[in-house]
Amino acid sequence: MDTMDTGFFVAWFEEAARLVRRDRDRLTELDAAIGDADHGTNLDRGLTEVTKALAEWPPSSPVQVLSSAGATLIRRVGGASGPLYGSVFRQMSKALDTPVTLAGFAAAFDQGVVALQRLGKAALGDKTMVDALTPASRALALAVRDGVGAREAFEQAARAAAEGAKATIPLQARKGRASYLGERSVGHEDPGAASAALFMAALATAAA
Amino acid sequence: MVGLVLVSHSAGLAAEAAALVRGIAGHDAPVAVAGGTDDGGLGTSLDLIEAAIQAVDQGDGVLLVPDIGSSVLTARLVEEPGRVVLADAPFVEGAIAAAVTAGTGAPLADVLAAAEEARIFRKL
Repeated sequence: MDTMDTGFFVAWFEEAARLVRRDRDRLTELDAAIGDADHGTNLDRGLTEVTKALAEWPPSSPVQVLSSAGATLIRRVGGASGPLYGSVFRQMSKALDTPVTLAGFAAAFDQGVVALQRLGKAALGDKTMVDALTPASRALALAVRDGVGAREAFEQAARAAAEGAKATIPLQARKGRASYLGERSVGHEDPGAASAALFMAALATAAA
Repeated sequence: MVGLVLVSHSAGLAAEAAALVRGIAGHDAPVAVAGGTDDGGLGTSLDLIEAAIQAVDQGDGVLLVPDIGSSVLTARLVEEPGRVVLADAPFVEGAIAAAVTAGTGAPLADVLAAAEEARIFRKL
């Protein structure tokens, strides 16, 4: 897989929708511990709308997939994860060059994570989705530097995101509703980081 | 005149806050609400925010007053510097201060400043 076509990006979101549907209750339970218990439901609804939109108006380019998914998540999730994920994909769509190489994907993805941090004003270690997406972005950049193939690169990114999500467990939340809990937020995995890990796992599956 | 949009997770809270604002600040400044999700749940709707902005935009700018979380994040996506801006202020107090100031015909920068002063305005 030298370049990623429209079908690859559609497969990414279809798989992400499937994983979030599968793990909806787990995400909502994580959110019930430190948030407002709607993350799984909200994201499942948003991604269901994304797959519906991609089926109704078939995109003709990777950029269109990303901009459609971003706009739909912003409008249809209803919780904070909508504008946050939406900004990642919308910024990716603006930064992406076609045909999409691994290096191009990695650069656009990094731009997406930058846009996420600008909107949410969260830094690494604040116990948010940034803690999964930043290590994933780093893994992609390293894979590009080392000349690793796309499939292996996305697997490394998925592993980095999953490890990043697990690493939020001992952290104290500094953003969002969980931050009101102070030390009581320690000991729980951040639901946003957990769903971000699912997005990266879906990416690895789309490339497999 | 500067328009105000109250953005809350709750449609009920947004509507009551707007009623309170009109009751205290008067009906001079246009006030609209974007409360809850499209389907009436707790959360934020970009569509409702955009419709509310259109309803109160008289060409002098619009101040968005969000409550918390996704209200803030979603409202930030429609910011247009100098035209549509967000108040970093307590929801009720900021909205009242902004509406009183907007009702005098003050420009957007002054309405924003009035809302944000509410953040440090002590009650006791």
